Amino acid sequence: MSSTLEFTLLIAAGSLLAGMLGSLTGLGGGVVIVPLLTLVFHVDIRYAIGASLVSVIATSSGAAAAYLKEGYSNMRVGMFLEVATTIGALCGAYLAARMPTAAIAIIFGIVLLYSAWMSIHPDADVSPGQTQDRIAGLLRLDGSYPTPEGMRAYHVRGVPLGFGLMYIAGVLSGLLGIGSGAVKVLAMDRAMHIPFKVSTTTSNFMIGVTAAASAGIYLHRGYIDPGLAMPVMLGVAAGALIGARILPGAKVRTLRIVFSVAIAAIAVQMIYKGIGGKI
Amino acid sequence: MKESTVLTDRRLEALLGQILRAGVLIAAAVVLAGGVLYLAKYGGQAPHYGIFRGEVSDLRYVSEIFRDAVAWHARGLIQFGLLILIATPIARVAFSVAAFAAEKDWLYVATTLIVLAILIYSLASS
Repeated sequence: MSSTLEFTLLIAAGSLLAGMLGSLTGLGGGVVIVPLLTLVFHVDIRYAIGASLVSVIATSSGAAAAYLKEGYSNMRVGMFLEVATTIGALCGAYLAARMPTAAIAIIFGIVLLYSAWMSIHPDADVSPGQTQDRIAGLLRLDGSYPTPEGMRAYHVRGVPLGFGLMYIAGVLSGLLGIGSGAVKVLAMDRAMHIPFKVSTTTSNFMIGVTAAASAGIYLHRGYIDPGLAMPVMLGVAAGALIGARILPGAKVRTLRIVFSVAIAAIAVQMIYKGIGGKI
Repeated sequence: MKESTVLTDRRLEALLGQILRAGVLIAAAVVLAGGVLYLAKYGGQAPHYGIFRGEVSDLRYVSEIFRDAVAWHARGLIQFGLLILIATPIARVAFSVAAFAAEKDWLYVATTLIVLAILIYSLASS
């Protein structure tokens, strides 16, 4: 790596690819940015997390426009759960300053393994609740979404468990600089029985708000370096845009499996380096 | 009553989507401008991200980033673009407060205000 110019262009190219794969597979660009920067470019993990966090906001806000037109997301569910994710994100960001970088790398690896596993086993078809849940009723969380047969209503349940899982998703997001999409889907699909299309769009919406909650703290702490965040943010955002364009014609299933295997391999390396204290 | 709520929600969401996308585009343009200046100035030097030192205070606080950006300092300009990006989801939340208030949904006005307070706390604290 001879000059900053070369380094910047290489990182931009890597981030573009990461953003594209992330949006095609639904895993998000953040999960590969931190390993890419630390393992390949030998960037300190704190700078890597700061840059990744910024790119997560870019993809979330950028994709929101496309998602929102479809009218699937549930604003009340999103806003209610954001109380949990943003508090979690603050805790995660504080934790990041106190935890040794090796421990962060190991936790990162475990979350990567989990994300890879979740993306291969996505649909354990949960049937939406038939009766109204008491807490969901009090909070007016039930909603409806458009289907070819017209609007379909759904009931939300498992609110305390979903709220708790969202707190954990927020902590992981603040600690690792990722969107924690996999944990958010777990909370909304499996715990709260929210229909898949509603949960993915609502989760995309929440990811940006969650990341913004920890980004402020990262900024004050000096973890966000402009020279590094610049190519990462521009690369991931452009990649996500391209990914969204080619998504309708892509063979997502195969790609998702390949990407998941790659992520699992990266995860093992993160854990290995973390245990060896080399990160 | 329920039907009209769904409609306002959807119109509102479409508008929000536009705001978010505009925010990302403006942020990207500012970051790109700063990036070009940055590479013109520091492109020939060796990169230094292997060792963590933390940023200088100029690049950590909103008011100082703003001052640097106005003076067209490359790194300050990039940081200012990133601030605009961080502000897009915050603007979305602020907008939702007004939207829930228009629906007289006070429970969610309160919920959204909590989220907004957390976000502002994060950006304003040091």
